[in-house]
Amino acid sequence: MPYFEPVVLFFLLGGIAGLLRSDLKIPGVLYESLSIFLLLAIGLKGGVELSRYELSAVALPGLAVVLVGALIPLVAFPVLRGIGKLSRADSGAIAAHYGSVSVVTFAVGTTYLARQGLDIEGFMTVFLVLLEFPALVIGVLLARSGEEGVPWRRVIHEVMTGKSLVLLLGGLVIGWVAGPEGAESIAPVFFTLFKGLLAFFLLEMGLVAASRIADLRRAGLFLVGFATLMPLASAALGLATGLALGLSTGGLTLLATLYASASYIAAPAAMRIAVPEANPALSIGAALGVTFPFNLIVGIPLYHRLAQALQPIGG
Amino acid sequence: MAVELTARKLLTIISESALEDTLIREIEALGAHGYTVTEARGKGGHGKRDASWAPNSNIRLDVLCSQATALAICETLRDRYYANYSMITFLSDVEVMRPQKF
Repeated sequence: MPYFEPVVLFFLLGGIAGLLRSDLKIPGVLYESLSIFLLLAIGLKGGVELSRYELSAVALPGLAVVLVGALIPLVAFPVLRGIGKLSRADSGAIAAHYGSVSVVTFAVGTTYLARQGLDIEGFMTVFLVLLEFPALVIGVLLARSGEEGVPWRRVIHEVMTGKSLVLLLGGLVIGWVAGPEGAESIAPVFFTLFKGLLAFFLLEMGLVAASRIADLRRAGLFLVGFATLMPLASAALGLATGLALGLSTGGLTLLATLYASASYIAAPAAMRIAVPEANPALSIGAALGVTFPFNLIVGIPLYHRLAQALQPIGG
Repeated sequence: MAVELTARKLLTIISESALEDTLIREIEALGAHGYTVTEARGKGGHGKRDASWAPNSNIRLDVLCSQATALAICETLRDRYYANYSMITFLSDVEVMRPQKF
């Protein structure tokens, strides 16, 4: 039997329950609470790891990862527009979702790698934080280029003060200041309970993803194809960038996973305000209905395998 | 002492949670003195909105105000938001005490 992360099985359970129209329902308040917990915990964990590094050692790789990452929405947009024949607004919004990253996919990636006994460079969480927002701004620019009256101040405010960035960055700073010893006192809540609560959150995401299937039927085959092939192309970009930066197998896998993932927490909120004409059913349907499960079930193990194969080349 | 009542409008807006801050800014700029926000669930032209997670949540915004303010808000919402957001608005006649508050 193929090996499955238990947390991924929770996602499948939620998905099946949703497809069967079970009366299982996770209250919205719990979803909110769990997402706050996960964002903080990921930030904290990353901050503690980061405290073992010189910040200057992270700056250059961080810049490289962001610059290369900016290619993803720039490649996605013409594909959506030219081949998919989607409107400018929809293409820009979807490109923003795919350029930005999914925190939960990252979390599943780290638990997967931990289970495989692989070490990860401690600064990967910094990449996660850095990759979240540039693509959102690029997506808005693509969607509304040449237009007057883009509420830029509100868009930037929405992106920079959105809960995901505040909690990730806040957790990162707290973890970095506290260091490994300082964080020990909060470890039972944030680190020991992490996987169980992640499983809970994924159960809910399975339910939500299942409810998005109907949207996808309307969106058509193109978008389903895009949502499967785009992560593969982005992962290839991640592997190439990781090799150039000399990352370990774990780091390579995780950077590929980050590039391949599509945001569904920060991006929908920002796009709703910044690109009102875009239909959220399309972008969320693709990001959450197809790409998220694809990365969880097929993507992460595949990127790991590729990273293993490529590692000797990077040397 | 008899209770004195004055006619006012109750404007109810049901829309996407994502718009909460934006809508509050709009109605306050147009002269509303206060408002009440409640989380809402339901079904309409944009399908079922069951509040299972943020992009699928609604709010209900109630505003007590004069007829002139209510109409100004309705007009602005129609022009700026109806095309692209899930939103319904309706007005009811109500009677209030302390009319200066509204």
